[in-house]
Amino acid sequence: MSLIDQQFRGPWTLFKKEILRFWRVSFQTVAAPVMTALLYLLIFSHVLGGRVEVYPGVPYTTFLIPGLIMMSVLQNAFANSSSSLIQSKVMGNIIFVLLTPLSYLEFFLAFLAASIIRGLCVGFSIYLVAICFIDLPLTHPLFILAFAVFGSGMLGAFGIIAGLWAEKFDQMAAFQNFVIMPLSFLSGVFYSIHSLPPFWQKVSHLNPFFYMIDGFRYGFFGQGDISAWFSLSVVVGSFIALSFITISMLKAGYKLRG
Amino acid sequence: MTPAIKIDQVHKQFGALHALKGVDLTIEQGEFFALLGPNGAGKSTLINLLAGLTRPTSGSLAVMGYDVIDQYRQARHAIGVVPQELVFDPFFNVREMLRFQAGYFGKGPENDAWIDEVIESLGLTDKAGTNMRRLSGGMKRRALIAQALVHKPPVIVLDEPTAGVDVELRYMLWEFIKRLNREGHTIILTTHYLEEAENLCSRVALLKQGEVIALNSTKNLLATISGKKLRLKLSAALPGSLTDLIRLQEKHNYTLSLQSVNQVEYVLAELRNANILVEDMQLIEPDLEDVFVDLMGRA
Ligand SMILES: Nc1ncnc2c1ncn2[C@@H]1O[C@H](COP(=O)(O)OP(=O)(O)OP(=O)(O)O)[C@@H](O)[C@H]1O
Ligand SMILES: [Mg+2]
Repeated sequence: MSLIDQQFRGPWTLFKKEILRFWRVSFQTVAAPVMTALLYLLIFSHVLGGRVEVYPGVPYTTFLIPGLIMMSVLQNAFANSSSSLIQSKVMGNIIFVLLTPLSYLEFFLAFLAASIIRGLCVGFSIYLVAICFIDLPLTHPLFILAFAVFGSGMLGAFGIIAGLWAEKFDQMAAFQNFVIMPLSFLSGVFYSIHSLPPFWQKVSHLNPFFYMIDGFRYGFFGQGDISAWFSLSVVVGSFIALSFITISMLKAGYKLRG
Repeated sequence: MTPAIKIDQVHKQFGALHALKGVDLTIEQGEFFALLGPNGAGKSTLINLLAGLTRPTSGSLAVMGYDVIDQYRQARHAIGVVPQELVFDPFFNVREMLRFQAGYFGKGPENDAWIDEVIESLGLTDKAGTNMRRLSGGMKRRALIAQALVHKPPVIVLDEPTAGVDVELRYMLWEFIKRLNREGHTIILTTHYLEEAENLCSRVALLKQGEVIALNSTKNLLATISGKKLRLKLSAALPGSLTDLIRLQEKHNYTLSLQSVNQVEYVLAELRNANILVEDMQLIEPDLEDVFVDLMGRA
């Protein structure tokens, strides 16, 4: 702590608080999503395992794992910033942060970093459990890390936007159910988009989740539906664009400082 | 000396509602200041503007010389705000929450001794490890006050600190706030207990529908009310000749408004003529409540 200059102590404290907030209830925020992912794995591999081979030489169950990990990473990164914001807005305790000298940029960075950590925690836990049962290659670990970090960053920023916009819990639930869930299920977690009719392949290309999942999977198997570099540019580009929107909203005090 | 608070021609509109209509107010360092006014007058809105929780439609505000928008970092270091609502973070206990709050202001472990002092002075020592959710309302109020003090701000603003607080705690809070003022903090408070403002504050601003309708020392304001009040407990109803003076009545208990002390003679003579016994009698100095009622009715 003594290493941290006074200048950084403010945002560092907010980051630490955001981490503690989910860590204190890690049964809900980490263990539960790991459980959900494993259930998907169990059911889909039981139903489809042995019948489908997406990539040559890669069993379906193995194919499934990276997609499931990434889907959980993204959903949890989103859940972290969005639920923290909506809760403190509804409870009113958001003012404790607004009363401080923290800048909108520091606020953004603290929330973003905590979301990334939550996403990585969940993803890494699923990975650890999965490799107890299944052999999973790690062909390009740096790609895996880059997609995990930028993907969770993107969804962390998106969560801030949703948290700023929503005024009630049910608006947030609508956001989860009508935006995040469809995007994550229609992204090729459970299949390769090459198995889709051409029209739906086109539609999938409009879904940023598709690039995150495909690129992440490339990191494991060294093969994907499209070029991993292209996916990475889409993901980094989307991350920058969303961050920009989030920062502008925070700067304007959108629904925070009326 | 830089004023603790300087508010210049501040307007605040919420859609069509004009909540503040050109407020000008300067509060010097070391003052003990009361911001009074009926519900919806705009007191909390003005405080939120000072704290940077909302932005003015036009006009400017400065805390210790720092503009609340352009120099918000310095301005927020200089002010500690106790909000009117009992808000809290249900995830943490009192001490954790205070340390986080200090941390947001860039304060680290070197500040822990001060936090313990605040905890102690507010009688929160037993509750320091208790989750905020489990505190009683009065305890939450204390924790909120503590939270506003963690960064040792020179200016402290308390929005109805004694609302819903029992007598004992009210006295404790008064003593505590007086001590802070003696130690050099500028204190600004809002309250609906006018005796509280009268006892504590040396200067008062009266806000009505977004406008400052009176701004003066408590002494001068009290002096504007020349008359006195006479409280009587009688054996029968007040004679007709005196009913013009009635200000409050409850059965045979009356409060009369008098122009001056000389009128007491006249009242007693009338009562004697009517053969009414005086069971109890008190002559009362006008208080801030009279000033308040008078000004609110007039303006
Ligand atoms: N966020 C807001 N949006 C719309 N109107 C608001 C908002 N905040 C306050 N108002 C309105 O502005 C006016 C002033 O409110 P304010 O809370 O400042 O009053 P107050 O003097 O603090 O009253 P009280 O004594 O009840 O606390 C009220 O009419 C209120 O309804
Ligand atoms: Mg108020």
